[in-house]
Amino acid sequence: MRRYFGRKLFTYTLTFFIAATIDWLIPRFMPGDPVAGLMAKQGGISPEGATALVQYYNNLFGLDRPIPEQFINFWASLLHGDLGRSVYGHGRPVTEAIMAAVPYTLALLIPAILLSWWAGNSFGALAARRKWLDSTVLPVGYILTATPYMWLGLVLAFVLGFSLRIFPLSGGYGFNLEPTLTWGFLTDLVAHWMMPFLSLFMVMFGGWAIGMRNMIIYELESDYSRYLEALGAPRGLVRKYAFRNAMLPQITGLALQLGVIVAGSLVTEIVFSYPGIGSLLFNAIKSEDYFLLQGIFLFIIVGVLLANFIVDIVYVIVDPRTRVGMRGGTA
Amino acid sequence: MANRQRFVALLAILSLATAACGSGASPSPSVAPSTAASPAESAAASAAASPAPSPSEAAVENYPRAETLYTTGKQWGAPATWNPLDPNAAMGVVGLQYETLFMYDPLKDVYTPWLAESGTWDSAKTTYTIKVRQNVKWSDGSALTADDVAFTILLAKNPVVGSNLWQYVTDATATDASTVVVKFTNPAYQEWAQWLYNTPIVPKAVFEAKNNVDLFKFTNENGVGTGPYLYKTHADDRMVWVKNDNWWAKTALNLDVKPKYIVDIVNSSNNVALGQLIQGGLDLSNNFLPGIASIIAGGYGVTTYFPTVPYMLAGNTAVLVPNTLKKPLDDPAFRKALATAINVDDIVTKVYGNIVTKSDPTGLLPMFSKYVDTAQRDSLGFSFSTAKAKSMLAAAGYKVGSDGFVTNKDGSPLKLTLEVPDGWSDWMAAENSIAASAKLAGINIDPQHPDVNTVTADRNRVDAATAPKFDLIINNDVQIGNTPWTWYDYVFRQPLPYGAAENRNYEGYKNDAAWALVQKLDKTPVEDTAGMKTLTSQLQTIQLTDMPVIPLWYNGMWSQVNNSVWTNWPSDGGNHVLAATWNGYWQMGAVLMLTQITPVPAK
Repeated sequence: MRRYFGRKLFTYTLTFFIAATIDWLIPRFMPGDPVAGLMAKQGGISPEGATALVQYYNNLFGLDRPIPEQFINFWASLLHGDLGRSVYGHGRPVTEAIMAAVPYTLALLIPAILLSWWAGNSFGALAARRKWLDSTVLPVGYILTATPYMWLGLVLAFVLGFSLRIFPLSGGYGFNLEPTLTWGFLTDLVAHWMMPFLSLFMVMFGGWAIGMRNMIIYELESDYSRYLEALGAPRGLVRKYAFRNAMLPQITGLALQLGVIVAGSLVTEIVFSYPGIGSLLFNAIKSEDYFLLQGIFLFIIVGVLLANFIVDIVYVIVDPRTRVGMRGGTA
Repeated sequence: MANRQRFVALLAILSLATAACGSGASPSPSVAPSTAASPAESAAASAAASPAPSPSEAAVENYPRAETLYTTGKQWGAPATWNPLDPNAAMGVVGLQYETLFMYDPLKDVYTPWLAESGTWDSAKTTYTIKVRQNVKWSDGSALTADDVAFTILLAKNPVVGSNLWQYVTDATATDASTVVVKFTNPAYQEWAQWLYNTPIVPKAVFEAKNNVDLFKFTNENGVGTGPYLYKTHADDRMVWVKNDNWWAKTALNLDVKPKYIVDIVNSSNNVALGQLIQGGLDLSNNFLPGIASIIAGGYGVTTYFPTVPYMLAGNTAVLVPNTLKKPLDDPAFRKALATAINVDDIVTKVYGNIVTKSDPTGLLPMFSKYVDTAQRDSLGFSFSTAKAKSMLAAAGYKVGSDGFVTNKDGSPLKLTLEVPDGWSDWMAAENSIAASAKLAGINIDPQHPDVNTVTADRNRVDAATAPKFDLIINNDVQIGNTPWTWYDYVFRQPLPYGAAENRNYEGYKNDAAWALVQKLDKTPVEDTAGMKTLTSQLQTIQLTDMPVIPLWYNGMWSQVNNSVWTNWPSDGGNHVLAATWNGYWQMGAVLMLTQITPVPAK
């Protein structure tokens, strides 16, 4: 057991180092100079003043140091939990900007991923046994999973937000409100959350449902199912075994999905002007914000690694073969 | 069976959740469907993200709609600093929270004492005495004194502040509680006048300890100001101000700002702003909204400064900047031919639908028309004529090649790139128009639109000696202000600025005589209109002869207002003030707008 996790931990640490290094490199390959971009937005400064300001910014962002030193500084401050300062935020600490956006993204993603996974799998398993479901509702699943998040978001916004006016079109909460622990504010918060959530949920739901349905059919037709059936086992028991086996790839899929989902939430957040990590990332790219970009990607890297690690642990629990493998046996 | 029950339960939960959330936001009055294609289309496009302040139940609102002014247009990122000395300060920090000694009205060319009671030069015009207004209180209750003013002037010595004030100021002392005496050598009168209405006075008690290299790390959230508004709160997508009931101007000038709250919404895109404005979720939008003419006609209650063409006041001059360090753009004859080849009227009507106007050949904004030497302009200035452009090119020795385009003098093919930032849709359309009309005269222009950072990188010189990469760019850095000096400083600045700090003379034009005149203009008292006119006339001779930049059109001071909650907005017919929330505009009279608007009685 210890060896298994030791090996996993080592892999994750190595992955993290390499990913973070690439993360540091990529923004620096972008054309242009972030400070020049920042200065271009500031009119009416005397040339003397502008020169002083450029020096100040280069110093603030640490860009006046040689590149290797910048890299070492990056790791040094990273280990202190400091991600630098945002160019887009005019010197605002990156951690602060990310922390302000994280709750929105997590509140959107976690329910969307988990609920769609649960609902999709339940529905898929059900569809595999009910002809009427399989031939009527499942095609809808195909359409949903093939829909780009952004397009579904636009359709939802147009129908539910613009035409029917059920949900507010954008933002995290109403512009006439301040965050308070009141019923009114919470309702407003949920109302703003609903459409981005739905657009993520529906697309993912379709994918899970199809996957599960196919897996169940595959398992039901495999030898062990046939053997069980031949022995006269009740249908419920056969299905139970099939479901358990079909779950395993879906769990792996869940871990992989976590990595991909950030991209999905990016466009969704932009469509709904939802103040999460996706919107922040979009603005960071637009303003060549090295540090904010770095910070967000780092956040994503850590998120994906963490999710994978959790799935590794879950695997040990749900798949007896992994436990056997750990003890050195063969399944 | 159990599974089907689970499935039904799942659907039930989902529908319940949907219904529960649905009740959270009751529908707002629907927008009248428009037959005018462009606003309807734009509105549909912006449906994706138009954040009308969610019309929740009235009891929930923190800011009652009838007392709140919703604005947008200034803020392009999350509000991050409230330090009034930082050029990136959030919308309203200077103007609503911190105030200046004077207010300048560019429509009337008048300086009005604001935090100052008066400001006077001595007879030798080297000593300036500021009388600080009495009974002005900081929002922490302490009094504004001459010490605060003298300290603010001293702050300009801090290089981070980015001021060149102390190049001509030698001393600033508070001689008593209400008097500051500022001493000068060879004063730059024009820049000093600009300083007087542009620089926020800050409390010495707060800023003295911060006056070091880390001055801008002090974000000053919820700071102590003198202005009509106090910091209320902010989020990544908004900045909220609340009225300061103890504002000095209430008694001193009998002025009272009407909105209790001002909520400034961070821009997401101009389409979003359009949707918000049409729905009445926004009162004032300082965004560029294409097709505004049909929106005004569309019955949404949206108005602009002028009820008809050109709708907007002129805010700045868009110029075509040639790289005068490269061939053939180093040749004044070629530049003049290029200027003659461009059909600006076509851009004004077809790209902008007449919401902008053609620039004067001198490039001076209409408010500076008194400084235009009209006789000289009419004889030296350029006007569009394809035939004339062709003959000018031929006369200057540029022959037409086999492909119909003029070639370099050495016979090599000539192709100029013209860059504008990607996504600036009006400029992208304008550059195509420029390329098309230049083509008729035989000049081959390749319109490009890389991302904004690439345009900046191509535009800036790496060092003073190296020519930058670009051939042609469009730029509009010089905003409306108190002096034509700013425009000439922009065109003729020497030595050539370079690097990230470059913000003038992008064309790299070197003319010592012109630069001497610009400096002389800076050192001319603002009251000496005759002296200024003499100098600007001489500068125009050089500019119109050598054509270092090609003035194209006056970009509008984009400002659209909705009259459904607030009315009596600035307009040509009524209140002659600027309706703009950008940095620098509040103290150019826009703060008066807040005292003039009136709430619309609830129906």
